Amino acid sequence: MTLSKPRKQVILGAHFPGVNNTTVWSDPASGSQVDFDSFVHLAESAERGKFDFFFLAEGLRLREQRGRIHDLDVVGRPDTLAVLSALAAVTTHLGLIGTLNATYHEPYELARQLATLDHLSDGRAGWNVVTSSDAFTGENFRRGGFLDYADRYVRAGEFVRVARELWDSWAEDEIVADRDRGRFVRSGPPGAFAFRGAQFDVRGHFTVPRSPQRFPVVLQAGDSDGGRELAAATADGIFSRHSRPADGQAFFADVKSRLVKYGRSRDELKILPAATFVLGDTPDDAVERAHSIRRQQVSPQTAILLLEQVWNRDLSSYDADGPLPDVDPDVSPTSIIQGRARMWPDPLKTAAEWRQRAEAKGLSIRELVIEVTGRQSFIGTPAQVADAIDEFVQTDCADGVILVPHLTPAGLDDFVERVVPLLQERGSFRTEYETTTLREHLDLPSTARYGTIQPTGATA
Amino acid sequence: MSDGLLHLAVSLDGAGYHPAAWRDPSARPEELFTAGYWADLTRTAERGLLDFVSFDDAFGIQSSSHLAVDDRTDQVRGRLDATLVAARVAPVTTSIGLVPVATTTYPEPFHLASAIATLDYVSAGRAGWQPRVGARPSDAALVGVRAAPDVDIRLAGDPAAQQAASDFFAEAADTVEVVRRLWDSWEDDAIIKDVPTGRFIDRERLHYIDFTGRFFSVKGPSIVSRPPQGQPVVAALAHSRVPYEFAATSADVVFVTPSGTSDVGRRLDDVTRAEKAVGRTGAPLLRFADLVVYLADTAGEALARKADLDDLAGAEHVSDAATFAGTVDELADQIVAWRDHGLDGFRLRPGVILHDLVAIVDDLVPELQRRGVFRPAYAPGSLRDRLGLPRPPSRYARSA
Repeated sequence: MTLSKPRKQVILGAHFPGVNNTTVWSDPASGSQVDFDSFVHLAESAERGKFDFFFLAEGLRLREQRGRIHDLDVVGRPDTLAVLSALAAVTTHLGLIGTLNATYHEPYELARQLATLDHLSDGRAGWNVVTSSDAFTGENFRRGGFLDYADRYVRAGEFVRVARELWDSWAEDEIVADRDRGRFVRSGPPGAFAFRGAQFDVRGHFTVPRSPQRFPVVLQAGDSDGGRELAAATADGIFSRHSRPADGQAFFADVKSRLVKYGRSRDELKILPAATFVLGDTPDDAVERAHSIRRQQVSPQTAILLLEQVWNRDLSSYDADGPLPDVDPDVSPTSIIQGRARMWPDPLKTAAEWRQRAEAKGLSIRELVIEVTGRQSFIGTPAQVADAIDEFVQTDCADGVILVPHLTPAGLDDFVERVVPLLQERGSFRTEYETTTLREHLDLPSTARYGTIQPTGATA
Repeated sequence: MSDGLLHLAVSLDGAGYHPAAWRDPSARPEELFTAGYWADLTRTAERGLLDFVSFDDAFGIQSSSHLAVDDRTDQVRGRLDATLVAARVAPVTTSIGLVPVATTTYPEPFHLASAIATLDYVSAGRAGWQPRVGARPSDAALVGVRAAPDVDIRLAGDPAAQQAASDFFAEAADTVEVVRRLWDSWEDDAIIKDVPTGRFIDRERLHYIDFTGRFFSVKGPSIVSRPPQGQPVVAALAHSRVPYEFAATSADVVFVTPSGTSDVGRRLDDVTRAEKAVGRTGAPLLRFADLVVYLADTAGEALARKADLDDLAGAEHVSDAATFAGTVDELADQIVAWRDHGLDGFRLRPGVILHDLVAIVDDLVPELQRRGVFRPAYAPGSLRDRLGLPRPPSRYARSA
């Protein structure tokens, strides 16, 4: 007799719609991107659906294109930590994960804020670590664009190490609060720490007692070799971009194989790609809706703007409903876009492919852009989408998905009402919260094992 | 004040402002780091119709010595980040203002602006901010980015200390300037959602702040759209010329610390002098006096309460603010007498929060209402509205 393996449980995150063209603002159902009610709505929907966590992205400088503030997408959003702290008041189980940049924060302050959030949410705090090295964002900060591109994972790795040292600087039983003997803390002064590395030289006393999770959950978002290695050594999860099965499986296998050299098991790092979805009453209905959402996401102006990102030149005189430009991309190193990563490493090749494709199928600029960018990850009836997500997880393409609705604030509601029950029927998703902290929801060990990043190829 | 009513606020820190407050039978010292504790206290203050509650904080750990971290184990050590505490209690309250202390010396002005603007959003227009310098020598090592002068900036006669004080407050003033510019960097009507042109914002109504100063430069605009109050309320505690001038330059509200009734006029003169010295324009600072309070049914009992706490602490507790120990009637008398010297309001620091805050709310407030000097109910509106501060247009908005 063989014992069947317990079914892998799907992890679900709810991503507040972001400041890019995935978020549709022109729809009459679209609400405020900044009012607290919108955040409450999404968080309450996610908690009703027994989601593992709520997820917030972060931008620290408004994007620009051709030297002007980008004006076509949703923008103007609250501070990550303050809004998560407020959400802790209106939820009871939902994890609260914020993206926070290791370049423009200091470990002492950020560790203090995350530990505070962990206390104020009874153990539901998480942090998605990102770094940036562009001088453009640096113009908003004291230290400017100080970080070399090559050092970004060094900084992220050291930052997380220092943060964990701070989180661990108060003994679990430090607070005695013994009135009769007049002893508040066991030893004085508590929270001593000291760290010296390439990025940080800090010492003193941390001000926040050990928080409920001890170590708030850390996700890491880098996708390069260095990013993967850092995640394998130090993170609890990866916010990945691989939401297609083939990519996902390869990424999953690669990253999980790196864990062993840090003495960590495969379950200690969760792979969580961002994913979009469209539901329909029939398969055809879903496809049709997916296409009309794509048209909302890619307005004529957005189509031209996206094309400019490949062509790296002013295309404002082109008609989005007309053919692609004959002129080739400008491949000089000066980029017309600021504040976001370049998505297409070989613009000449991309432009050639796109022209060919547009010509073959008779596509306008807008139709081409709709085809080549951002198709939704999961499209179908609720049953199809539940099947696809479950399959995606059971076949080790990921451990779950972080769902990005295209509408604020109600874009997740249909998923919660119609897809979650099907995942529950399959035994792939919880029907009630049985755990209290985010670490527990994610089935992460309470005594976490972390390593120190090793150069690729080296062993611990 | 136009309506003759005074403003009343409380400041909260740990179990209270007496170092032995946590040992009082009413205290809940094991809950100081829980959301429930802070939610209870803030709701209690709101029951008393108070203007706002400020949440005390500092950059480094508490210490009885300015220059060094002490090793006392008999006092509360550890604090949660006050801005996040304020954000956490915002959804469970509806009317009371929320004013966290946040340090200006090391944190990024850009993050401070975003955080307080967000507090304004999650509280629907009830946010304030009490900027504080992180002047203890041990603060610098926590972030390790620069050396700090090894002096106590409160030492009046010491030139090195005075130079350091002047630098710390100059940086604080630059920080508030950047924060205020960022709050104005989105005009109120910047979001247009214009479908025909595909534009979510009118970029002409977003503004670079282009601040360059001695300590940092910040480009802008903010990543947060303009907060509900436009400019959340900025409040500063001040005891001497440099911080008075900082308040006069940067704040809407100043907390002063007269040592007694006869000292009130002198402190207010100091504030007026600072306003003149910095050339303050617009509304004068709202003048609040800070008082540490111990309340009881008789003056003798109140004094005994204070004495018992002093015994537990091993020394008489002397604060930067004057201490009041007595009955609610006597405190109301003192408040009215001090107000008549020209104060706009009071910020009370409860000696023991769960005793004295409750007495403020349940006994002092009704007494002040009976005397016709405190509001009978909250009027709807923002914290600025309550303090009589108009909502300013963005400094960058073109005049219509």
